[in-house]
Formats: sequence, C-alpha cells, structure tokens
Amino acid sequence: MLQAITTLLVYQLIGEVLVQFFALPVPGPVVGMFLLFVSLWAKGSIPEGLHTTANTILQHLSLLFVPAGVGVMVHFARVSGEVVAIVVAILASTALAIAAAALTMQGLIALRRRRAGKAPG
Amino acid sequence: MIAPRIADIWVYLSASPLLWLTITLIAYQGAYWLYARADFNPLLNPVPIAIVALVIALKATGTEYAAYFEGAQFVHFLLGPATVALAVPLYAQFDKLRQLLVPLGGALLAGSVTAIVSVLAIGWALGASDATLLSLVPKSVTAPIAMGIAEKLGGIPSLTAVLVILTGVSGAVMAKYVLDALRIRDFGVRGFAVGVAAHGIGTARAFQVSEEAGAFAGLGMGLNGLLTAVLVPVVVSLIRQF
Repeated sequence: MLQAITTLLVYQLIGEVLVQFFALPVPGPVVGMFLLFVSLWAKGSIPEGLHTTANTILQHLSLLFVPAGVGVMVHFARVSGEVVAIVVAILASTALAIAAAALTMQGLIALRRRRAGKAPG
Repeated sequence: MIAPRIADIWVYLSASPLLWLTITLIAYQGAYWLYARADFNPLLNPVPIAIVALVIALKATGTEYAAYFEGAQFVHFLLGPATVALAVPLYAQFDKLRQLLVPLGGALLAGSVTAIVSVLAIGWALGASDATLLSLVPKSVTAPIAMGIAEKLGGIPSLTAVLVILTGVSGAVMAKYVLDALRIRDFGVRGFAVGVAAHGIGTARAFQVSEEAGAFAGLGMGLNGLLTAVLVPVVVSLIRQF
C-alpha cells in the first residue's frame, strides 16, 4: 500500500518535472500516467499492491471532485443571469458527445466485422 | 458559561484544516451510502448530493470557500495520483484496446469535436457571454487540462472547474439512459463514450458499473484531454475569423 502510493507520487513528480522542463501543454499527472503505463508494459505485469491500491483510489474517484465542485458557491452570483444557457448547453452537448462517440465506435466495429467476415470468404 | 466555550471551540476548529476535511469525507460517504442503497441508480450520483450538502453547511456557518478549501485541498490533491493510477486498468485491458485502435480513434474524434462545437453553438444561441463561452468550451475534459485551456483562451479557470464538474455529473447521470436508448450494450463502447464526454466523474461512474467500462472510460478521458487541448484553440480561432 505505502509502496504503491509512493510509486504513484514518484510518477506524478516525474511528470510534473517533465512538463515544467519542456513547457508541455498537458498536466503533469497525465504525463505520469503515460510513463507508468510504459513501465508496466515493459515489465509485463502489474505488481499486486499497485493493482489493489489503484483500484481502491479509482473506486472513489468521484470523491476527489467534490472540493472543486463546492467552488460553485463562489461563481453562483456571477453566472446567475446565464444559468439557463449554461445548463441547457452542458446537458445537450454532453448527450450529443456521448451519442456521437458511442455510435461512431459501434459503427466502426461493425464495419470491421463485416469486412473481416467477407475477406477469408 | 457553555455558549462562549462552544464559540471558542468553533474559532479553534475553523482555523484548522481538520474540520472541513472531515465534513467533506462524511458528506461524500453519506451521499455514497444513499447511492448504494438505491442500487447505484445514476440519478443519485453522490457528487452533486455531497456538493449541495457542503454548500448549505458553508452558507449556514458563514464559512468562506477559501477557508473550506484549506481543509478540502488534501482530498483535491489526490486527483493527481488518481490520474497516474489510471495507467493500471489501462494496462490490464491493453490487449483488448490494441485491437480497437481505429474504432477508438474515430470515436474520440467524433466525441471531442461534437462536445466542443455543440456547447459553443447552443451557449451562443441562448445568449451566454463571451467569457462564459470561453470557460465552457473545454468542459468535457478533466479539470486541470480544462482550466489550462480556459486560461489560455481568456476564459475564467475557476468557473471552468465548476462547469467541468457540472458536465461530469450530467454525463454520469444521463449516460445509462442515452446509451440504452441507442441500444449500445458493449461495456467497452459505453465506457469509452462516457470517458470522452464526461471525463473523471463519468469514469468513476463507469468503474462502478464494470472494470472494463472503467478502463475504456479512463482511456477516453486521457485521450480527449490531449485532443481537446489541441483542437480548442484551432476551433476558437476559426470562429473568431467569421
């Protein structure tokens, strides 16, 4: 557990340093995720402690958004005149994005299956 | 005698991060308990319930957001290590992901462009201000990336953080209904679409449904973070030319 948490922090730290050093447009943790992925791939397996700890953290991922979400109280007065526009835009756009991604992916999978079915004859 | 003593304790506690950190964890676990009791019904997503409960508690006690964040920042900080941890399910599902490169790439592009263009078009049609629109554009990607994008465009980063969370909650709540209506059953497809459109909160919901959906959602969230950072400046400069 302790070792796994240290591993995650070390990769995040390396990610942050690389982002600062090369002025990358992505956040440090995303670079850290990429580097950890490459390390796991090179190693060929996931250490058991890391697997358990990662699953525990990810199961409660939504808790981690609560503090930033409470920030709504600071912005409420500013956007109160635009609430309808904001809420409608977000709801409709999110539904459209989910539908567009899902239908495209399912369509491409079906297309490939049909081709694979035909190719060998 | 007792009343001033309670006031003293309150002054002491409100100056320490312990109080609001503890209340954040209690509020979330209370909301999660409700969610679990309702058989993980997406309409009872624990994030908005915990946020509303905390805002009420802060307003009732006259506590400023900055004072609250002194305590809550310890939870907020874990977003970084949690993002790194996404590498683990990603690697666990790697064989499956590798066979789906073209469908995943197509879905990523379709979802990302739809999210950017539709939120701008609808927000503009309903009369949102320019600063609000620029804060809205990166709404579908994880908070740290979205805030960076909004800042570069001239939006308001802290407003973007709130809009990002609103988007994540909307996606987590509506995904089941949208995907069921479209008759999409594959957990990989369902997870990836939610991750692209609704980042970490959508991914958290996907993990609650299945590990496979969660891994695909985590991949969608990571890839869309990168793609949106590239696409948004292009789309906004194209729109500004007209």
